[in-house]
Amino acid sequence: MVTPLQKPPKKNPQVRTRVPTLPSHYRSRSALFMAATAAEGRFMLQVCAEPDCGFVQYPARDACSSCLSDRLVWQDVSSRGKLIATSTVRTSTNTYFRERTPWRLGTVHLEIGPSVMCHLHSEVAVGDEVQLINRLDKSGQSVLLALPLEKAPLQEDDMQLRELTCDPKFRRILITDARNPNAYALAKNLLEAGVSAVFVGEAESWRPYPDRAKLESLQGVELVSLDVTDTSSVQELAGEFGGKVDILINNARFVRPGGIQGRGDVSFAMDEMQVNYFGMMRLAQAFAPAMAGRSADGVNSAVAWVNVLSVYSLVSNPGFGSFSASNAAAHSLSQCLRAEMVSSGVRVVNVYCGPTEDEWHQPLPPPKVPASTLARELVKALQAGLEDVYVGDIAKDIRRKFMESPKVLEKEMTSLEAL
Amino acid sequence: MEALKEKLVNPVELLSSALLSGDVEVVDLTHTLDPDFPVIVLPPEFGQCARFRMEEISAYDHRGPAWKWNTFTCSEHTGTHFDAPIHWISGRDLPNNTVDSIPPEHFVGSVVVIDCSEGSAQDDDFELSPEIIVAWEAEHGRIPAESWVFMRTDWSKRRGAAYLNMRDDGPHSPGPTPEAIRFLIEERSIRGFGTETVGTDAGQGAHYTPPYPAHFYLHGAGKYGLQCMCNLDQLPATGAMILCAPLKIKNGTGSPLRVLALVPKGGR
Repeated sequence: MVTPLQKPPKKNPQVRTRVPTLPSHYRSRSALFMAATAAEGRFMLQVCAEPDCGFVQYPARDACSSCLSDRLVWQDVSSRGKLIATSTVRTSTNTYFRERTPWRLGTVHLEIGPSVMCHLHSEVAVGDEVQLINRLDKSGQSVLLALPLEKAPLQEDDMQLRELTCDPKFRRILITDARNPNAYALAKNLLEAGVSAVFVGEAESWRPYPDRAKLESLQGVELVSLDVTDTSSVQELAGEFGGKVDILINNARFVRPGGIQGRGDVSFAMDEMQVNYFGMMRLAQAFAPAMAGRSADGVNSAVAWVNVLSVYSLVSNPGFGSFSASNAAAHSLSQCLRAEMVSSGVRVVNVYCGPTEDEWHQPLPPPKVPASTLARELVKALQAGLEDVYVGDIAKDIRRKFMESPKVLEKEMTSLEAL
Repeated sequence: MEALKEKLVNPVELLSSALLSGDVEVVDLTHTLDPDFPVIVLPPEFGQCARFRMEEISAYDHRGPAWKWNTFTCSEHTGTHFDAPIHWISGRDLPNNTVDSIPPEHFVGSVVVIDCSEGSAQDDDFELSPEIIVAWEAEHGRIPAESWVFMRTDWSKRRGAAYLNMRDDGPHSPGPTPEAIRFLIEERSIRGFGTETVGTDAGQGAHYTPPYPAHFYLHGAGKYGLQCMCNLDQLPATGAMILCAPLKIKNGTGSPLRVLALVPKGGR
């Protein structure tokens, strides 16, 4: 039985906030491919491409352990297997595990061949058919965990699983831009996921916007003053609420259609950089230190920083060329933030979104991403513990082509035919 | 005061001593440049008025150990600000139509204040009409040529969303009718027109003919605008003067500025 997660009591002001510790982060470069696939929640292993071999490898390596060929290809493979042995760690010299004992480990014999060492969900026992998930741990590296085949009641509350996810349940959320048309859907989906509070940053309360009344009507939502283009406003909110933000969702976005020559000035481009790039930097300077310090703070520890980016951060969409450039800058900055947050265990999640269903994409043909879809996928990604999320058919298509060849994708996006 | 008048003949020295003695008081008509102060809002596909923003350069720290200073950015038309004739298409070809080329003596002058606060309290779209101006003159005398005319509405006391008062059909705030502005320019040869609202025009000014008549007629005639002012309730109807020099920006269409009024003691 999973021990149900309890809503955390108010913090005891006399107890020191626990300093984050991390599991081992040492991996070979080959094993980083496991981390890259874990970022998207995929289960991939190396398969030998020699026609008469096809041996599945684990752990990651440079040559086939059966035929010594170096033609090893990462492939999505079945994650099912049988739990053949378990062990419970009751003490450890590693501080991270020492603080979390007892910790269950096991050996799973995968139906595709290899036997692997993995972490265990509390609902699996020796002899069970299980499925493995590949996820990032607090040090940002890939680990495997065995789940029951059938979802157990309160499965997500399992302590070892929750260490790998960013489940919003019982956590406090800051959504940075109430004016974004997706703010209401985000707040609503998060509340349905059991968060304990949603703070929504509102810029320029002196001018109305359509969703204000809807946002205010949600029980558990609190509007707070925040303008990501105003350093003093960001600092003030961080001073007041920085220690209560467990998940920060940066949905602030400035978007205008157009590339370089269509506009003839840099005004909108500056606004795009101010919101999409400098806004993220201001938020990170103000909020990230407090979050990093609270990443081991119990049930409602600080756990994730989510950037809602455009998928055109990966390749320019010339019709929105300036916006794409600001998102490329933001994407690069989010990678820097990942590096700066890695020692805290706070995960930086990038949500790559296709064209959104809003006024600025109005003349574009579908498919476009409705706010409800973005919100649903974002919350699912937090619950699943993902690091990179692609939302919408266009984003998924761009992702596939980007992974295949960034240059071919660039050619496709910038060809005469595309224009 | 009598002794001073006997001793000094220089009127500037007279003014200086009146300021020192408190016989002339200084009233600040300026809002603080605050990042959250409302600016005019245009349809989002148009370029927008940049908000006031400030970034620290250093504050006695590793970025500069003994000094504190900031970089600020804003539009020429952010906060309490001055409109030069080049701001509007009607004034674009006039001589001396930019803040750096306007004769500096135009920045110092007398001001009359038409109190529309009562009407504005009752009607968000209160209009300053020629009739109101004529009635005001019956009480206070004819508006002198080359005067500034300020429309007092007490709008500066509004906070938050009540200031722009934006609704689905646009902002609602008081302002002059096209006829009133033409009267002030053509019949009274004023120097400029000033308001407490976000612009010299009414919130619904786009729906007059011509649209934005205060901007169109004032700047077309080489006159100036002052807006987003406060403390107009501390000015007398007549007898005060203002100092309103904008920043000397090359080819500038306007500028945030400090508007100061000199008011005779007890003259409020």
